[in-house]
Amino acid sequence: MKCFSRYLPYIFRPPTTILSSTCHTEADIISTVEFNPSGELLATGDKGGRVVVFQREQETKSEPQRRGEYNVYSTFQSHDPEFDYLKSLEIEEKINKIRWLPQQNAAYFLLSTNDKTVKLWKISERDRRPEGYNLKDEDGRIRDPSTITSLRVPVLQNTDLMVEATARRVFSNAHTYHINSISVNSDLQTYISTDDLRVNLWNLEITDQSFNIVDIKPCNMEDLTEVITAAEFHPQQCNTLAYSSSRGSVRLCDMRKQALCDTHCKFFEEPEDPSTRSFFSEIISSISDIKFSHSGRFLMTRDYLTVKVWDLNMETRPVQTYQVHDYLRGKLCSLYENDCIFDKFECVWNGSDSVIMTGSYNNFFRMFDRNTKKDVTLEASRENSKPRAILKPRKVCVGGKRRKDEVTVDSLDFSKKILHSAWHPQENIIAVAASNNLYIFQDKVT
Amino acid sequence: MRYSYQRRTCAIPRAKMFPKGTKRKFSDSREEPVAGGEDVNQSSLAAVRMLSSYSLQRQSLLDMSLIKLQLCHMLVEPNLCRSVLIANTVRQIQEEMTQDGTWQIMTQALSAANAAAQCSADRLVATEVLCRQTEAAQGEQVPKPFPVVGSEGCPAKEVLEEEAAAAEVGMTMSTVSPQAPTSYLPGTFGMDPCWEEEETGEDDDDEEEEEDSEECGSGSEGEERERDSLVEDTRTAEQVFGTFEIKNPAPSPDPALEELFSDVDASYYDLDTVLTGMQSVPKMGPYDLLESLSSHGPSPLSSSTSCRSDLNELDHIMEIIVGS
Repeated sequence: MKCFSRYLPYIFRPPTTILSSTCHTEADIISTVEFNPSGELLATGDKGGRVVVFQREQETKSEPQRRGEYNVYSTFQSHDPEFDYLKSLEIEEKINKIRWLPQQNAAYFLLSTNDKTVKLWKISERDRRPEGYNLKDEDGRIRDPSTITSLRVPVLQNTDLMVEATARRVFSNAHTYHINSISVNSDLQTYISTDDLRVNLWNLEITDQSFNIVDIKPCNMEDLTEVITAAEFHPQQCNTLAYSSSRGSVRLCDMRKQALCDTHCKFFEEPEDPSTRSFFSEIISSISDIKFSHSGRFLMTRDYLTVKVWDLNMETRPVQTYQVHDYLRGKLCSLYENDCIFDKFECVWNGSDSVIMTGSYNNFFRMFDRNTKKDVTLEASRENSKPRAILKPRKVCVGGKRRKDEVTVDSLDFSKKILHSAWHPQENIIAVAASNNLYIFQDKVT
Repeated sequence: MRYSYQRRTCAIPRAKMFPKGTKRKFSDSREEPVAGGEDVNQSSLAAVRMLSSYSLQRQSLLDMSLIKLQLCHMLVEPNLCRSVLIANTVRQIQEEMTQDGTWQIMTQALSAANAAAQCSADRLVATEVLCRQTEAAQGEQVPKPFPVVGSEGCPAKEVLEEEAAAAEVGMTMSTVSPQAPTSYLPGTFGMDPCWEEEETGEDDDDEEEEEDSEECGSGSEGEERERDSLVEDTRTAEQVFGTFEIKNPAPSPDPALEELFSDVDASYYDLDTVLTGMQSVPKMGPYDLLESLSSHGPSPLSSSTSCRSDLNELDHIMEIIVGS
């Protein structure tokens, strides 16, 4: 393996605290992580249907080293478990995706979704409240009207800061299958929600109507061989969206062409390499996540072993392919047996689209610099995360002699997987979710 | 010569399990004497010879895939993407095995082995179904890819009964005409009413699946549905395997029950609603293959005592409903 610089241009250091829940239950497992467009807020959703929003501390001159630490800002229960009586099945409350809306006033808005229902939440601050009511006293008890001798006008008094979250819209009953993605349009008026077979277009103001714009359900379900795995709107073109499939293809659709976008404008698929063909070829080609670059020129796809960057102008093959953990290629049968081969890893761009990041097993995550072609493997773990220490690059030993500090493939812990991560839209701050722990790393330019 | 078809565990390290697309030649046969003393035919011998390491690996992958499809998430809907991917894998293996000729040989081997000795119900399932499939395959050149078809959103009871029901269900298969094997939704998982099975030439899959869905959708009536399927199966079972002891009495499908469902809007219980809530049960041989293969190992799902008590309970409920 050729030598490469140990670090990318940024050096990531963990903060003073690692944010995690005190008691570790299955409900605390983080299922989605997302920065808001300004990077001031960071939202996480978990399997228990809760959303926790962190806010970045403002820089203060007195404590410069505490610049930009994220603290809990708001916690609320977004979704509750439900029961579908017709099918006799539970509907999980797990939050599959959170997407922020750009801020337009003092309040913050985000969309959160479980398998069936999307909700629009408003998070607002309240630091004043009216006091001096006539008909009720300070505790809220009703006053006896006969004791009131004079009238007063209530005035707003400052109180401690309260952050409240209210559900402003509930978009339900539009999906037969499990929702895997939501994406807000650049017009800020519409968004799409995607399940295994359909993509629905919603207006943020209207909850009782949605338009189905992609439907790949076959007439005869016996013929079903492909499902939709993710979908996203183009960051600038409000008419363009892309969706990926379990067969390793991405389709770009233009909503101006026709109302039902079953026929694609562009079809991105790399021909299969016959020399690596196996019974698992299709499964590992299934795309688990797609992300448009911030520039809108590129599209990134994540399948089981690789991350690919596509130029939207070239459909025949990706412009770059990065091997995330190719050493797993020889273990596909075991990974199939323990279902790990079906793990859906996400991928993210940095703010300038020069670096991409994705997760792996053993709490490793990988970063690839598209310009220098350098890559690094880092680990999200408590032992390696002393405050203000530099994250040490990790290496997986693929065969032969194991050097010191290297990890062998057989000793990888497949239960520790980094499926969800996020990169601050402007700065080099990353949030990495490892089961119930959230790690936030940032580089410090000293 | 004696022959016994047994699944052998493969001692090949998993890392080397699937080399890059190369097929190995069929290795030498391994023959094992069977206590019983019956003759075996040439096709069975050939089947044994074909148990090369590649075939074993492929077989093991097939078994694993079928078991994965079989496992029912009883409370939450199963992941459709995962089901589709596993089903595609099974399909791929099945196509390859059919091209090899392994599929037919395995079918014949099983039928030979089963005919030769008094076997458990599971083998009978495999026999009937695989023979059915062989005829179908011969008729159609290319085996119809089996679908990721849901059967029922599994109340635990019904899943537990799959082993017990397997026999009856397999017997039902035998009455289906050779032209319409693909219309069979195996009730091997203790569900899937087989009213349509009785009608030969009934190969309108959609209608049948809607019927199934309809029944599956009415969750509270799951028991009586299942009871009906067992009822169906036992009747045909008696026809085919007279010596086989059937637990359940066998009234014919009751028009009263049809009426119960008559006001259900079949269009709602479209196959997709079935599929989302149900485990995946493909129609073809592979699934029934599962039965014969999984019987060799410990079944993770069933216990015979609970099956019997459940069956008795269903008997009782059925009698009340049908009013027999």
